[in-house]
Parts: sequence; structure tokens; C-alpha cells
Amino acid sequence: MSIRINLDKCVGCLRCIEVCPGSLIKEKDTKAFMKYPKDCWGCVSCVKECKAGAIEFYLGADIGGNGGKMNVSYEGDIIHWNITKSDGTVKVIDVNSKDSNKY
Amino acid sequence: MERMVDDMKNSLKHNKILTDVLIIGGGTAGCYAALTLSRNSNLSVAIVEKANIKRSGCLAAGVNAINAYIVDGKKPEDYVDYATKDANGIVRNDLLLTAAKRFNAVTAEMEKLGLVILKDAKGNYVARGNRNIKINGENFKPILAKAVQEAENVTIWNHINVTDLLVEENTVKGAIGFCISDENVYEFRAHKVIVATGGASGLYKPNNPGFSQHKMWYPPFNTGAGYAMGILAGAEMTSFEMRFIALRCKDTIAPTGTIAQGVRAKQINAHGEAYEGKYGVTTSERVYGTVKENQLGNGPCYLQTSGIDKEKDEELFKAYLNMAPSQTLKWMESGKYPSEQDVEIEGTEPYIVGGHTASGYWVNTNRETTIKGLYATGDVSGGCPQKYVTGALAEGEIAALDIIQKIDQEQSREIDDNVAFKKIEEYEKILNKETYFFTAKELEEAMQKVMDEYAGGISTHYQYNEKQLNLAEEKIEQIIKLSKDLSASDMHELMFVYELKERLTVCKQVIAHLIHRKETRWHSFNENLDYPNIDSGYYKYVNSKLKDGRLQILLRDIVQEEVYEHKN
Repeated sequence: MSIRINLDKCVGCLRCIEVCPGSLIKEKDTKAFMKYPKDCWGCVSCVKECKAGAIEFYLGADIGGNGGKMNVSYEGDIIHWNITKSDGTVKVIDVNSKDSNKY
Repeated sequence: MERMVDDMKNSLKHNKILTDVLIIGGGTAGCYAALTLSRNSNLSVAIVEKANIKRSGCLAAGVNAINAYIVDGKKPEDYVDYATKDANGIVRNDLLLTAAKRFNAVTAEMEKLGLVILKDAKGNYVARGNRNIKINGENFKPILAKAVQEAENVTIWNHINVTDLLVEENTVKGAIGFCISDENVYEFRAHKVIVATGGASGLYKPNNPGFSQHKMWYPPFNTGAGYAMGILAGAEMTSFEMRFIALRCKDTIAPTGTIAQGVRAKQINAHGEAYEGKYGVTTSERVYGTVKENQLGNGPCYLQTSGIDKEKDEELFKAYLNMAPSQTLKWMESGKYPSEQDVEIEGTEPYIVGGHTASGYWVNTNRETTIKGLYATGDVSGGCPQKYVTGALAEGEIAALDIIQKIDQEQSREIDDNVAFKKIEEYEKILNKETYFFTAKELEEAMQKVMDEYAGGISTHYQYNEKQLNLAEEKIEQIIKLSKDLSASDMHELMFVYELKERLTVCKQVIAHLIHRKETRWHSFNENLDYPNIDSGYYKYVNSKLKDGRLQILLRDIVQEEVYEHKN
């Protein structure tokens, strides 16, 4: 369970570094760098903070990871959770942040 | 008085900050205490957080529901009854009642700040069960943090890791810590201090000890700092033997309540038999039943979701994205949705956490600890199990209001400068030492293995006997000795060293408490093989405090009075 940062997409805003509740992301050559991947809790705070869509969340193979990854994008109150499976297919789940959980 | 600085490669800059009130830990309880102080007084408040208050603490990913709420037709006393039964009597009635009376008001306040709560056509909150309401908790913490950022007279100190309280003659004068990204030490001097650092995870070997070691229930960054600094300062602690073990979705360690309550899924074993009835339905019995079924060869155990309506799949995906997104990703990765496949469940490693069980500081009704001027709120505060998020908010408010009433701004914040100097020297020594034989991470692994094998971890099905506990004690002592030689190459590593030291201090306390509760009051939470039954002689709190370097255990009678004040 951890994140990967796509350096081509990273714009160096460093908001992920600021928000990570474990302070696990550091700055390297003006970009964000995941220094402690094994220490990640999987809270995806950084993924939500990254407006450039540069951070992807994935599951370690030890907990059922299969090569899929997830990031988010925003449209008003809607959070698009973009899940790319290992075969390349994409599933998008939209959550309206103004809607409560049904369960 | 000036500090002598040796000619060393790393010398730390000493910053001294004066404030009326210091809050250590910017999670749910700490933030709400800051907000309450700001709204009801002109006191200066410093809130110190080792990460950033925006997402730090338990609510980083979000929270599934408000799980401590007085729904229509119920009274705060009903909540107290429920929590008391669930903890088999070892609770503080005064603490539970004062928290429960505030659950609804703090919830209403969070709604005003922007929290989304599900309502029916008449505008009433929709209950989820007898004590819960449904929310969108994804942004709970950012909403609260924003309010703190905008609050008057509050200064936020992010990325400062506090290691020690400054205490003289059993009165708190402040705290000291360091910045985790540059070479600065911060010494805070305050009239009153609130500790709100959360509970302790990472004491035991976790469910996923490899790459996903931190995919755990409780925040891996809650390392028991507040417990450790209180223990070392001589504060009395309670109920560390009442460990908390969560029943969770396997691997992702995501919540099970959303499935159990949301789609009414039953706990079943590998043969498809619902087994809850055999073991009981208290929080600890639900874990115990699952452990037992596995021991009997009836595992794996599941939440029976197969057969639910397809549209419920989508609602579950969304609910989990709002609090534990790894579970939704796991469903995607497996290619089988909950309607097609039951969800496997397991117990987590044990945690020490006062928001769920009763471990923590021994406090009076207003949440003041046995150290004068020091308050404890949220998961670090004991005696008030199942307080959850609303209880943390309530305790932050209770402590803040008591401080406003009692604070004396004329009171001296002075303390011998050498106390801080000695601490800074200790930090510098660790930073300037030759690289040590072991790293903090290696010793952490050693500690977790000892706790797992000898103090009732996952590998022994949470069971232990006294011989094992004695061995655990001996082995933890050995690791404590090793930890004194640790080195750190930067400020973040310095935090790792102190986090390990904190956990070791808590481990010692847990072992001592487990040894002294010579009964099994809660299955799995304290599964004492030498004393497998409840003993009415132990209808008492097991409390402890460090005095002259030795841990003293006190068995205290159950508090009956409505208002409890420290006497001795």
C-alpha cells in the first residue's frame, strides 16, 4: 500500500509534502519524492491534494494488489475516483461531496 | 542563562515560545479544544502538531459515520449503559455521561462548519442503528482544521514533534520538541497544557508485516507520545490492559461496521454458519468469536455480502471511498464485487486507544490529569471507552472550558532552564553519534515481535500467560537498553528514534497492566490463560504510575460519584 509520484506530471507545488499525516513525502530537485513508501497508511490525503493528478495510489502485492492504481479529479462538488486496472480498463466512481454515505 | 554549544556538526537552535495554553496534538480533540478556547476567551493558544493539522490524526482518510450520538428516543444515560456493559463495568460513569451529554451539540457544531449529515424529508438526521447517524466524513478533518486556522488567538505549529512535558513539582509548565524538517528546537511555556496526541499503534507485530506494514486500523503515526510523556512525568494511567483489537476487512484493515450495519451482513464461518450467537455481541466478543472459529479450524470467517442487490455494491464503493479507499480498490483488483463474494474478516493487532477502550490518563471529571494544569482529551485520555469522534470533540470542549474558568495568567511559567538544555543535548547527541549498530526501524521490529509472541499478539490468538509476560518484560527492557544508543542522521530520523522510545515506554506499561489483571475480563482484549474467567475481585481499575523510576500499580475502586476529583 503506497503511492507513486509521476515526475512528468508533478508541478512542484509540494502540497502533498505539506499534507501527508506521516510527513513521508520530501522535496527532491524541486519535485515531490516519496521517501518512505513502506510507511504509508493509505489515507490518500496526498492524492486528493494533487491537482496535477501526479500521484497514484496502489495496493501492495501482500494485500491483494494486482497492478491497479487510483487517483482523483474534481468537478465542482463531484470527486471522480479514477481506477485504472492492470489490464488498462478504467472505472470511474463519482462521489458527490454534498451527499452523505447511505450506509 | 545561555546554553553552551559544543563545536559539533549538528547544533540545534533553541526557540522559546510563551503562550497561555499549549495543545499538544492537532487531531480531532486538540483542534476542537483550540476552537473552544478561541471562541470563549482571549487566551493565547499554541497548537503543536507533528504533521499538519489539515489531515493529521485518526480522520486522515475520513470517517464512516458519527458512531456516538444520542438518537431520537434515547438519552445520554442509555449510551453510558451501553458503553459500561460493553466494557464489562470498567469505565468511569462521570466521564461517559459528561461526554454523552455533549455528543449532539458538537455534532450540530460540525454541521454548521460544513459537515454533511444525512437527513430525512422532515430535516431530521437519519439514524444508523441505535447510536449512530450517517454522514459524509471524507472531509471531516479539513473542515475542522480550517475553522482552527481561522480562529483568533490560535497559532498553529505544524511539523513540530513534541517529546517531553516540562513539569516541576507535579505542575506542568510546558513542553519541548523539535522541528522534523530543520534544526530547530521549540520550548513552549504555558499556564495550562492539553495533551491530545492520540493512542498507540505499532506496539505489536501488525497484520501485514511486510511492505504494507502500515496498512493498519489505527494511524501508524500515533505512536503513544502522549502516554509516554505522561508516564515519564509521573502521571497516573489507567486500564492499559484493556487493549483494543478491531474486527476488520482482511488485508485492507478497513471498517466492517459499514457492511454489517449498512447491508445487514452476518458474520459467517467457512461452512456458512452464522457464529455470533455462540460468542456474544460485545465489541470484544465479536473479535473473540472470529478468533475462536479460526482456532477450531472453521476459518476463514466472512461478512456475508454475496447475494446483496447489485446497486448496493455501488453504495458500498462510495462509502468506502469516503473513509477507507483501499477497500474499494481491493474490490476492483479482485474483480469480484461484494454482491458476488463475501468479505473476509480478521482481528487486528492490539492497540492502546482511549477512544475505543478505556486506556489512558487517569483524569478528573473535567479531564485534568494527576499532574496539575495538564489535561488529557481524546484517545490519550482514559476511562471513557467508545467516545469515538464526538467524544473526542466533547472532551476537547470540556477541558477548554475548565481551563478558561481556572487559568491564572499571573501564575509563573518559570522552570529551571537546565531541564530544556539537557533535553536539547540529548537530541544533539543522537544526531551527532556515529551510526549505531541497529536502526530505530530494526528495534521497532524486535519490539513488535516480542509483544506479538509473549504479550498476546495475533500469532498467539491474543492469549498469554504470566510466564510469557515476564519474558516480554525482560526482552522489552533489553530493547530499551539498545534504544539508548540509537543515532539519527536527520531530524526526521530523530523523530523515528523518539517514536520508538515512546512505544517501548508504552509496551512496558501494557505488560505490567496485563500481569496485574489476574482474570479474563474481556475476551481477546485481555485473554489471560492463567485466569480464564472473570473474578469479581477485579471489578476495579488497574492504574499505574512511575515513582522514583519504578512503576507502581494501584487497584482503584470503581468511581460512583457524579463528579470525581483527584485526592491522592
